Amino acid sequence: MNVTETPAESSVGEAPGEPAAADSAERVRRRGDDSAVLRMSDTEAAEIGGDPRTPDHDQRVLLNMGPSHPSTHGVLRLMLELEGETVLRSKPVVGYLHTGMEKQGEQLSYLQGCTNVTRMDYASPLFTELAFSLATEKLLEIEIPERATWIRMLMCEFNRLASHFLFMASNGMDLGAVGMMIYGWREREEILRFFEKVTGLRMNHNYIRPGGVAADLPDGWQYDVARLLEIIPPRLEEYDKLMTGQPIWRARLQGVGAMAPEEAVALSATGPLLRSTGVAVDLRRDEPYLAYDRVEFDVIVGTYGDSYDRYAIRLNEIRESIRILHQILDMMPPGDYRVQDKKITPPPRARIDESMEALIHHFKIFTEGYKVPAGEVYAAVESPRGELGVYMVSDGSSHPYRMHVRSPSFINLQCLPHLMQYGLIADGVAIISSVDPIMGEVDR
Amino acid sequence: MILALDPLYLTNIGLAVVLIALLKVVLAFAIVLVAVLFMVWFERKVIADMQHRIGPNIAGPWGLFQTLADGLKLLMKEDLVPEHSNRFVFKLAPFLAIVPAFLTFAIIPIGGNFESKGGSVRIFGYDTYLQVADPPIGILLFLAMSSIAVYGVMLAGWSSGSKFPLLGSVRASAQMVSYEAALGLSVLAVILQTGSLSTHEMVADQAAGGFLGFIPNWNIIVTGFVPFLIFLIAGTAELNRPPFDLVEAEQELVGGFHTEYSSFRFAIFFLAEYLNTINMSAIIVTLFLGGPSGPVLIEGIDWAWGILWFLVKLFVFLFAFVWFRATLPRFRYDQLMDLGWKLLIPLSLGWFLFLAALNIGNDRGWNPGVVVGVTIVGGFAGGALLMAAIRTARTERISQEVDAHG
Repeated sequence: MNVTETPAESSVGEAPGEPAAADSAERVRRRGDDSAVLRMSDTEAAEIGGDPRTPDHDQRVLLNMGPSHPSTHGVLRLMLELEGETVLRSKPVVGYLHTGMEKQGEQLSYLQGCTNVTRMDYASPLFTELAFSLATEKLLEIEIPERATWIRMLMCEFNRLASHFLFMASNGMDLGAVGMMIYGWREREEILRFFEKVTGLRMNHNYIRPGGVAADLPDGWQYDVARLLEIIPPRLEEYDKLMTGQPIWRARLQGVGAMAPEEAVALSATGPLLRSTGVAVDLRRDEPYLAYDRVEFDVIVGTYGDSYDRYAIRLNEIRESIRILHQILDMMPPGDYRVQDKKITPPPRARIDESMEALIHHFKIFTEGYKVPAGEVYAAVESPRGELGVYMVSDGSSHPYRMHVRSPSFINLQCLPHLMQYGLIADGVAIISSVDPIMGEVDR
Repeated sequence: MILALDPLYLTNIGLAVVLIALLKVVLAFAIVLVAVLFMVWFERKVIADMQHRIGPNIAGPWGLFQTLADGLKLLMKEDLVPEHSNRFVFKLAPFLAIVPAFLTFAIIPIGGNFESKGGSVRIFGYDTYLQVADPPIGILLFLAMSSIAVYGVMLAGWSSGSKFPLLGSVRASAQMVSYEAALGLSVLAVILQTGSLSTHEMVADQAAGGFLGFIPNWNIIVTGFVPFLIFLIAGTAELNRPPFDLVEAEQELVGGFHTEYSSFRFAIFFLAEYLNTINMSAIIVTLFLGGPSGPVLIEGIDWAWGILWFLVKLFVFLFAFVWFRATLPRFRYDQLMDLGWKLLIPLSLGWFLFLAALNIGNDRGWNPGVVVGVTIVGGFAGGALLMAAIRTARTERISQEVDAHG
């Protein structure tokens, strides 16, 4: 790895280290007691869960952090029970960005679905589109053309970069390194410019659709990609200089919000949060979708499960993504960018003027939508935040009977009370940042 | 006689002298206000540049009037006093912050011909120092004022009747009080060399010829760099500027102690903060870099050179403070306390004792080699004891925490 002395190591398929299993089992048990705070009222939790620290309740302050707070990443609300600045218990409260997107999905046809799901994780919109499309394609039992698969991979890896850059920016910002914020945005901006060129939009692209992608890559995309792949690595070196080796940066992150592998698994954490504990789970490698089995990359895992590992993992995942992107650039096959099944993809504009069938197909697709065979399906992708899955039930009509999104941010959020306990408020900010929740995805 | 050092007051004190004194007060007041306007603009521009942004560029040429526009806007905002606040203290606190900031500037020599005229200039036929006052207590006034400024921050947070400001004010009182010790100890090292508390005397002392004729006799060299570094770090902490801006840590405490302040009361805190930045830079220049002393290159306008050297040196530190802010992440509360109590205070105390031993040895004619050797051994012994104490305390604390909750 280029990062000097980072605890994060690159390893494929390595089993996590087993640091004193019995000890951490005991910690899980204790934490389990404390997690009562999630399921019952505060009074009950205090009675059952054993009270942390002093029994002197007069010394405690209940602080509401958020929903409007500079570092709660949108509208996360945290109820903190403080003793001085030490967080005794905390309780994340979600729902402030709830827009009923999952329910809305039942009213929209499969073609319209992508415009809906893309608004969930607004920092990496292409992944929700991808998961939705993969689920729909599984129901339809269609194979998408080779090129569409590779275009999807290209775009998704770039989106991972953009999302991780956003993390770098907000992580720096939350720890007071204001310069870092702008640097992260700057790199993200470069990628968004490429997205705009390809999809027409900077976010909420509606680019990946059931049956392929919305449009072929524009002429000269190779130059844009090559340019991006050229300018990003030196900037990562800058990050290393500015943050990775910085003593204050390390002091602020190392050992903060540490979690044992068992805890992470028990809380069904995924993504960098899980990998930071040393559990090498990456859907791209473990359950390859698209063509990830044909590219080479390493799954980055950490050792200590602390905020610093999560930072280092994301930084190195950017490097891995760049590695993947280089391979995609070389291996991009020619061909069609969407299936030529006229029941699913609308006909080209010119055909509508000539062909009666094309006109009918076009009309049917955009009014009624295409019918999808009844059944249920779960498709998951590795989003920058973890396992992003779409569970869909079809009753044979053109709308999903039920659509549920397993959003990694939401599930990772439930680790917060465990990570934050007995830390300081400042640690809390670092931890929220390192979990990197996107509230649009949490509340859906 | 509190002002007796200034040659202006050694002559007969008549109307002209009083007017000159008044003029100096008014000028100093105006200068610092303009300096603050400039400093805010400078900070925003420099940070913008470091972050690949443009920064303010609309109000006035190069956005120079941006601060003025912001100030006017704040004046016209609604002045809110929170319901649960202690109204009197809430209104008093901003003034406790700004008055000491203004007063500190009074003791800073900003010019004067230290080459030939002993640091004075001639105004309307009277010789005088280019500083508002040169009291014999000199630098102690600065320490006193920075102590009082703590009250402004602390009371502001306390009286707001809100939780985030309260946390901010708890941090403020702990931080500013503990860093004052390190600050004071590094100032002691300078006083030891100068033998005077008067800021003018300090500058005059540093203006005297140094080693080999070209290395300046600045305290930064004479006291051996360590007090300077400690003063710079402790000063940054005292200013609540990044990386020590825990008091108003935006990402943690929203606005910290001034969360509940709006309108002009907020503007006053803002003003005080930047005044303190300028003051601290000026104090560092005065204490360690020879203040306005420097060569007079053109004899006719000898008064201008002192001001020029002073500004040049001041700029270095203003830039440094901005640079810190653009680059460094913020410390955590306990790390800040560790740095202050476990490193800066022992180090500055040890260095002070080392300098004192050298001075005494010099006076008594002791062998300098032996003196240095003995103090180094003593320093190491003390350091080792301190480390042992810290380690024991930490082991104790960790074992307690493990007992408490695994």
